[in-house]
Amino acid sequence: MTPNISPFIIFFASIITSNMILSNFLGMCSYLSVSTEYKTATGLGMAVTLVLVLTTVVNWFIYTYVIVPLELIYLQYIIFIMVIAALVQILEMGMDRYTPDLHAKLGIFLPLITVNCAILGVTLFMVIRHYSFLQSLLFALGSGFGWWLAINMLAAIREKMAAVKLPPGVKGPALSFIITGIMAMAFIGFSGIFTIQ
Amino acid sequence: MAEKPREIIKRNLFSENQVLRAILGICSSLAVTNTMRNSLVMGLGLSVVTALSGLTLSAMRHAIPRRVRMLVQTLIIAVYVIFLDLFLQAFLPDISKQLGPYVGLIITNCIIMGRAEAYAQSNPPFPSMLDGLFAGLGYTMVLMMISLIREILGFGSVFGININFVGFETWTIMIMPPAAFFIIGTFIWVMSARVSRRAVDDK
Repeated sequence: MTPNISPFIIFFASIITSNMILSNFLGMCSYLSVSTEYKTATGLGMAVTLVLVLTTVVNWFIYTYVIVPLELIYLQYIIFIMVIAALVQILEMGMDRYTPDLHAKLGIFLPLITVNCAILGVTLFMVIRHYSFLQSLLFALGSGFGWWLAINMLAAIREKMAAVKLPPGVKGPALSFIITGIMAMAFIGFSGIFTIQ
Repeated sequence: MAEKPREIIKRNLFSENQVLRAILGICSSLAVTNTMRNSLVMGLGLSVVTALSGLTLSAMRHAIPRRVRMLVQTLIIAVYVIFLDLFLQAFLPDISKQLGPYVGLIITNCIIMGRAEAYAQSNPPFPSMLDGLFAGLGYTMVLMMISLIREILGFGSVFGININFVGFETWTIMIMPPAAFFIIGTFIWVMSARVSRRAVDDK
């Protein structure tokens, strides 16, 4: 049942052609609200990538060795969301204890990430597409990088546009959506290089 | 603060529409809007989940300790999403397949959590249910408007019925992701321009 695609193709495809934000619309809430500054956007991108890889790995093991053998598929949403919430909590406590610098930098983003759809989304895509372990790992890593790339691009453009005079009402989310639309159009140019769906 | 049912309905559908004014629940509103049928099912599903979780959380609001509030909310929402997912798989299998992971992603839809936090935890069960239901219907309304534009221009059809009598060239871009961003961006623009103009008029 595992699709016969090289994990590296999945990695690059999830950054470029199946970007989490630009083609799957996942993780929009924090993407829109935390993209006013380039530096903060970088921090959030890093945190999302980290959490994404950790949760996907743990969820893969739980799915393969607990959910499937015990036939708990109907409970999978609850199990996945609990795993994500618990992991984020543990990660935050661990960071606070051992790497206070990193915690000061990423700590504020961690609670936000629990409800980031990209995290649950990657887990659900992994389950629906029956990825193997290596495929899931690189899919999560690529999705994280793709998300990070998109939020950094938006933040950079928004920083540059901060001084521009705009018509009333367009400032804020409406402008972010239109910028993202143009970015998504540019990324369509890559389609055809890889396909993973 | 007893709000009349009519006020709850009006607030959720128009003045504080969750998608257009609060910018919540964006992920799914963009992903499922390429056809109207998907949007309708998704919107109604979300309304039911929001209404029921509002009802449950409001009925339990004195029993939930504040510190584990978020966890309890997430769990209750997840239970209703499981019901919805099983229902869709049983009765509408092809739509369930097309929506794919986005049904499960209702759990992380900020609208539900937002209504639970902002309304259900400080109001009695019945108004909370109504509030949740109409927050969901406000979302459905926006979804239907976006998907109407995308389906007519992208497929030349409405609800899957071909209306492309004049035989115009359909716009492939409309069924691709960028169109969703442009349309919702424009809607939010129009909405906030109207609100700010009204604020100026009131002065």
